[in-house]
Amino acid sequence: MNISYTILIPLIPLAVFLLLGIFNQKIKPSISGYIGVLGLLASTILSFYTAYQYFFINGKVDGIYQTFVEKTVWMNFTETLHIDMGVLIDPISIMMLIVVSIVSLMVHIYSRGYMKGDGGYTKFFAFLGLFSFSMFGLVLATNLFQIYIFWELVGVSSYLLIGYYYTKPSAVAAAKKAFIVTRFADLGFLVGILIMGYYTGTFDFETLNNPEGIAILSWASTSFMGLSVITWALLLIFIGGAGKSAMLPFHIWLPDAMEGPTPVSALIHAATMVVAGVYLVARLFPMYYFVEDGFALNIVAFVGATSSLFAAIIAITQTDIKRVLAFSTMSQIGYMMLALGVSGYEGHNGVGYMASMFHLFTHAMFKALLFLAAGSVIHAVHSNYLKDMGGLRKYMPITNITFLIAALAIAGVPPFAGFWSKDEILVAAFEHNKLIYYIGVFVAGLTAFYMFRIYFGIFWGKDTQYEHKPKESPLSMTFPLLVLALLSIVGGFIPFSEFVTADKAGFEAHLNYPLAAIAVSVGLIGIILAWIFYKKENNLADKFANGFGILYKWAYHKFYFDELYLFVTKKILFKRVSAPIAWFDRNVVDATMNLIGNSTVTTSKKIKGTQSGKVQDYAFAFIAGVVIIAIVFIYLWK
Amino acid sequence: MIAGISIYEILTLTSILFFIGIYGFITRKNLISMLISIELILNASVVNFVVINKYLYPDILQGVFFSIFIIAVAAAETALAISIIINLYRQIGSVEVKDTETMKY
Repeated sequence: MNISYTILIPLIPLAVFLLLGIFNQKIKPSISGYIGVLGLLASTILSFYTAYQYFFINGKVDGIYQTFVEKTVWMNFTETLHIDMGVLIDPISIMMLIVVSIVSLMVHIYSRGYMKGDGGYTKFFAFLGLFSFSMFGLVLATNLFQIYIFWELVGVSSYLLIGYYYTKPSAVAAAKKAFIVTRFADLGFLVGILIMGYYTGTFDFETLNNPEGIAILSWASTSFMGLSVITWALLLIFIGGAGKSAMLPFHIWLPDAMEGPTPVSALIHAATMVVAGVYLVARLFPMYYFVEDGFALNIVAFVGATSSLFAAIIAITQTDIKRVLAFSTMSQIGYMMLALGVSGYEGHNGVGYMASMFHLFTHAMFKALLFLAAGSVIHAVHSNYLKDMGGLRKYMPITNITFLIAALAIAGVPPFAGFWSKDEILVAAFEHNKLIYYIGVFVAGLTAFYMFRIYFGIFWGKDTQYEHKPKESPLSMTFPLLVLALLSIVGGFIPFSEFVTADKAGFEAHLNYPLAAIAVSVGLIGIILAWIFYKKENNLADKFANGFGILYKWAYHKFYFDELYLFVTKKILFKRVSAPIAWFDRNVVDATMNLIGNSTVTTSKKIKGTQSGKVQDYAFAFIAGVVIIAIVFIYLWK
Repeated sequence: MIAGISIYEILTLTSILFFIGIYGFITRKNLISMLISIELILNASVVNFVVINKYLYPDILQGVFFSIFIIAVAAAETALAISIIINLYRQIGSVEVKDTETMKY
């Protein structure tokens, strides 16, 4: 299968970025929006063509999906250790191509309406192009180093887009926070890559992931502190993934990142970039599974489960709808992580892996839809807070319906997309670890509850009197909503297990009816509770919250994680570590250098008087010197 | 070769001439006087060339030719120096050494 044309998928958005970025001032906003949309449309068509070619025509040999790689050497270290650049096509990279291109295209279309009249309209589309390029590059990466390069690039574009409203101090702070936190986690990623490269002699995914390959078979050869070095490398790589995917304890940047424009939140902080961590673990899944009997994979599972529970609890208490969605994203990504963590490798054992990818796919659709619908609401009422909303169903029918579809999908109500993927995840968890399964079911209930809490809060609830009567958004904004709503309805019917599996062989997945029934009824309980609390304006919810007392307060303040980080950085790191180092730098290192410079200046000031400017003085000095040398040579030099 | 006068007397004379030139170059306050002193120094060395040529190597003429070169170069150099001094006078209205000491530090 010739795959060299897939290189165009990232390159077209790059071209759009360069075009819009360089001619930023010269291109009219009306044209730049079209350029962005058309570029992404081309990438989307190519992605779908690739997917069709791969899945239905020539990707499968003897019932197993092949991996196609096209690459060129970029940097040479040794004969075996080199960094390549290229494209890698296998089921998960194709799946991600589809996800990224659909959501990105929808967000491009949506932004034409949402960002209308904004001063930086062209710049915004340029940044979106940069992000799409980086994300496609990340997805298609053939080796750890290439993925790392694009990993940082998505970090940069995320930084640029969060800080898009750069006149707002909170947006600037959020952008910095996102960049620094993820960058800090990426340090672990880099160290992990280097350890991996040093001990296995390769960065290539193909070589690393081969179950009979040298990297997996010889994991036990070197150990460090009781664990194999390869396990350490995998854990460090997972730290990078956790940073990007907002897992505990690196999640603090995600809620703040909601300062960015809403389409950006939908694209980057809901559907694509934040799942990069999941994608990374899935990409290295055979390594995680086989090395040290999946020790690192168990860590992934528990981090995912904890994050998912933690975020769901916080999401219940937040009043900013975008932050609720942000915590919901974190919770759902935790779900994907735990699904990967409980997965096996072969055949039906790999249901967790499949479910994780499936959930990634469906979640991208309905979460992007939730964000875009929330953006539509925010666009109409000019506020992020639940207290400013209510009764909007009368004014915004399309937004109402699409939001409801997405909420049903995320709550796991059949036949919407989320039900199918969530069911598979719970099946995998049930077969592997009961504790994780219970957490998963509980989180499913919480998810349904908080999602319908904001749904009822926005579209039902109290009849708020609006200064400007809110009206339905323009077609450029509702069209993406409708497309994504359609995908959220039918996305679950894709037979994912035929296409995306850990061993690439494909199997038939069946609905596990008892487990599905439990999950659905838990979800319905959540929805009904939300109905009772929030459908009509009443004080039940407040009473309930007061009943929880301190727990509610803790959750409302996000369990004081931000404060904890501030304490650790400001009070401990800055004060106890950085300040003494700064003192040493200023008073010892700099002072030495200053002493040298100052003494030179002082000396030269003292002796500069000898340069009088009188030519005769110089002549005298010269002649005196000659005379002295002459005397020395004639009389003293024996 | 001058009868009755040895090379020592002539070399003593040129040395005296040379040091008079040096003394003048260091002590004169006027740029023109300094130029004249330089001429003295040059002429002392020219005489040295001729004398040493005549007294020590009477068969060849390099020393004499060299002195002619030096005279020619000295003339050109003097013309240059004089033009600089004239320009200086036009600029600052003075040819005193003490007025031309701004090029320092």
